[in-house]
Amino acid sequence: MSEDISRRRMLKAAGATLGAAAFARAVAPLAQFTESTNMEEFLTQHYRELGPEDKTRLIARLEEDTLRKYGAEVTIRDFLPQENVQFGYALNLSVCIGCRRCADACHQENNHDRRTNQSYIRVLEMEQGSMDMERGTMHYDHAVPAEGKFYMPVQCQQCENPPCTHVCPVEATWQESDGIVVVDYNWCIGCRYCEAACPYHARRFNWSAPEIPAEEINPDQGLLSNRIRPQGVVEKCTFCLHRTRDGRLPACLEACPTGARVFGNMLDPDSEIRWVLANKRVFVLKEELGTRPRFYYFFDT
Amino acid sequence: MGSTGAGIIVAKRHFVNARRCSLVLLPLLLVLACRGGEPEARPDGEPAAARHATTITTPRVLEGLPVGPPDVTGRPTVAPCGTCHEAGEARALPADAAGIGGPHVGLELHHGAIECASCHAADDRSALHLASGATIPMTDALRLCAQCHGPQYRDYRHGAHGGMRGYWDLSRGPRERNHCVACHDPHAPAFGQFEPVSGPRDRFTVDAEPHGAPHE
Repeated sequence: MSEDISRRRMLKAAGATLGAAAFARAVAPLAQFTESTNMEEFLTQHYRELGPEDKTRLIARLEEDTLRKYGAEVTIRDFLPQENVQFGYALNLSVCIGCRRCADACHQENNHDRRTNQSYIRVLEMEQGSMDMERGTMHYDHAVPAEGKFYMPVQCQQCENPPCTHVCPVEATWQESDGIVVVDYNWCIGCRYCEAACPYHARRFNWSAPEIPAEEINPDQGLLSNRIRPQGVVEKCTFCLHRTRDGRLPACLEACPTGARVFGNMLDPDSEIRWVLANKRVFVLKEELGTRPRFYYFFDT
Repeated sequence: MGSTGAGIIVAKRHFVNARRCSLVLLPLLLVLACRGGEPEARPDGEPAAARHATTITTPRVLEGLPVGPPDVTGRPTVAPCGTCHEAGEARALPADAAGIGGPHVGLELHHGAIECASCHAADDRSALHLASGATIPMTDALRLCAQCHGPQYRDYRHGAHGGMRGYWDLSRGPRERNHCVACHDPHAPAFGQFEPVSGPRDRFTVDAEPHGAPHE
């Protein structure tokens, strides 16, 4: 009998201790809420889901930050996925000439660091007759298209089964309903697991804050896309969601002089992308990995 | 027996469909009646516009011969063909571009085995002709190109050949497409080589090089 009571007491004490610890853990963030932290920063640091008003304030703060740090007036909007839209992208390897204009357009459009000439697109020069990406080079520096070569631009494949989002320890990256994989730059802790998990080398890490002259900054910005990223976070291609969710074509497609790029809504049976998938010899990169890309490559013949 | 059963199922399906249709149609008719046939509003509040147009650019070379520096809009100044050539010109077209003089001097023809008269109308220098013999204005050149380059034209019609700008979603905005001649010189249509835009200079390219040559 007495043994039972002591056991009960012990359990009670243990429970109380655990409860107190859990409570302390739960309220711990509040201890960090000092006068030096404003409400927006506090919210973005401790809560993933922002209400519409919080989002408006967050955007206002980001716009102010850009004006203060870069001297540029920009408009940041939160572009939401459209209903009944699943984006797909296809690239014709028979006509790509390796001019890198897509990579350059991405560089301008997405406010990339000027010093490193960063871009979400890498154009690989490959030997004709081989699909071995390991033997491709992105360092070519000669007139294109070179004899015996073909060119394969590689960017985020917006996989249906994205390995990058699965490895994120803080859920700072996820796939949206239209298929675009996005990064919350305020939530990313910069561990670069996603960069390592991506079999297409599509993610970039901001080793330093991007340097861009004020007059070159693209002021038309998306909260989850081309707004200027802070130092220490990962970024990636978003199919220019600030353009494409507005109905416009991605910047890389508009820059392509040959029309090698085809973009559209996969759910629309009359779209150009659906015609390509139905009528061309289409393949995806590294199909054996089961990533199920929404980016397709095709040849004319 | 089997066919009768199938018939019943089909009949049932028709019945169900008819009922569904009326269920769908009734509110739709009511909505239409209330709205007076206005286009349906999109969820974001903007009215659903009719499908916007896809226009094909008209390269200046189809309007005449470039003769001077670009105008204020950056487009080359051209002299319409009629400036020098009258309609109904009796002079026969040469077989090839060799020895062609005047403002056309230096013109070279590297386009398969075709001759000037394969495309240009015999008696009107500002017009082209189709294989049928029908004369078409220079600005309709796309139809002429399409006669021989069927696969390219098929791909073009389906948005899988040739550059474009604007909207993928034509319910939201228009699209502009390049004309064949915007990229291909009709007298020498093959693409030449040119220098690419410079590549990235990140640590995977620049910093990696001291450890050895980049992957070949």
